[in-house]
Amino acid sequence: MEELTSIFVRSVFIDNMVFAYFLGMCSYLAVSRTVSTANGLGIAVVFVLGFTVPVNYLIENYFLSEGALAWLGPGFANIDLSFLSFILFIAVIASMVQLVEMIVEKFAPALYSSLGIFLPLIAVNCAILGGSLFMQEREYANIAQASAFGLGSGAGFYLAIVGIAAIREKIKYSNVPGPLRGLGITFIVTGLMGIAFMSFMGIAL
Amino acid sequence: MSKTDKEPLFSGKNIKLLSTPLNDENPITVQVLGICSALAVTAMLEPAVVLAVAVIVVMGAANVIISLLRNTIPSRIRIIVQLVVIASLVILVDQVLKAFFYDVSRQLSVFVGLIITNCIIMGRLEAFALGNKPWPSFLDGVGNAAGYGWILIVVGFFRELLGSGNLWGYPVMETLGVYNFGYEDNGFMILPPMALITVGVIIWVQRSRNRKLIESQ
Repeated sequence: MEELTSIFVRSVFIDNMVFAYFLGMCSYLAVSRTVSTANGLGIAVVFVLGFTVPVNYLIENYFLSEGALAWLGPGFANIDLSFLSFILFIAVIASMVQLVEMIVEKFAPALYSSLGIFLPLIAVNCAILGGSLFMQEREYANIAQASAFGLGSGAGFYLAIVGIAAIREKIKYSNVPGPLRGLGITFIVTGLMGIAFMSFMGIAL
Repeated sequence: MSKTDKEPLFSGKNIKLLSTPLNDENPITVQVLGICSALAVTAMLEPAVVLAVAVIVVMGAANVIISLLRNTIPSRIRIIVQLVVIASLVILVDQVLKAFFYDVSRQLSVFVGLIITNCIIMGRLEAFALGNKPWPSFLDGVGNAAGYGWILIVVGFFRELLGSGNLWGYPVMETLGVYNFGYEDNGFMILPPMALITVGVIIWVQRSRNRKLIESQ
């Protein structure tokens, strides 16, 4: 349990998707004009990352990595399919997004209408595929750890996008130099937020 | 190819396809696409150049393939078809990098895979390749990828030069002897947040020179 908490906290604050790896930047910049839409996208990302990382963990460990097919019989023990991981991961993500969309539509119509267009767009959000690829690279020991990592990364993205949306709502009232207006100042503010997040780096968990 | 005979290969219109994404419609600083993978690999020049070349290859090829298939893809499943084409091309690039440039491939880690979800590629496939002939699509793909690439290389240049005093691993600052005058490397430049601030400054410079890009309040 302690380990799970540690992975969760690490992925929210220290290895934050946005500030440490710049993943999901496109939607982070495009959808952060107001806090309410940022909130919707953030929740959707938490959902999808929490689903796809454990599923891809199972695929990685029971189909793709070297020796993973051993459960089919000894003849399959030394097959290594890991070169297929990109295409399988993206297929899982695209279908998971579709599935999450249908589930949310059925059971939480209010949330569905507030998420609107953002749910389908998540399929091409780099943070989602990045989550699965980092999971593959870091070789988590079991599926619980992978889920903790997925949820933590989602929560980190949520924190970042809601934070920048709040700042951008305030920045509207200040007199930013013309060439920096809009995109430029958002980049610089994100950089400054990243520096603030770096203060978590020294924390050993 | 009979269609292209009517128009020279490098007609003014085609050259424009290649050149506008370099400045006026730059994918990173104007269209705000593909930033995700752009920033993380720019702490040094070499991985930045390699990623830029990889994106140019993938994007040129993906645009041609989708453009050739554009009349046969049913529009309902086009996103999945596009993802499959891009993912297959990225697998090729990844395997080539692993085979011939193993060190760089380790440095780039997950960011080669993330070319798949690079929104520039998807965006150009949707916006251009689905409605145009292969040759203009190819030029559009290469132009946009080059516009993405030069930002990457500029950011990588400044971060490596100011951050570690090297260029492509060669100790420039030491050769110039500036350390003797009390110059010190700014280790801050290597850290992730400075990539964002560097891009912010590039946008600032570009928009001050090109006033029509300034956003209204």
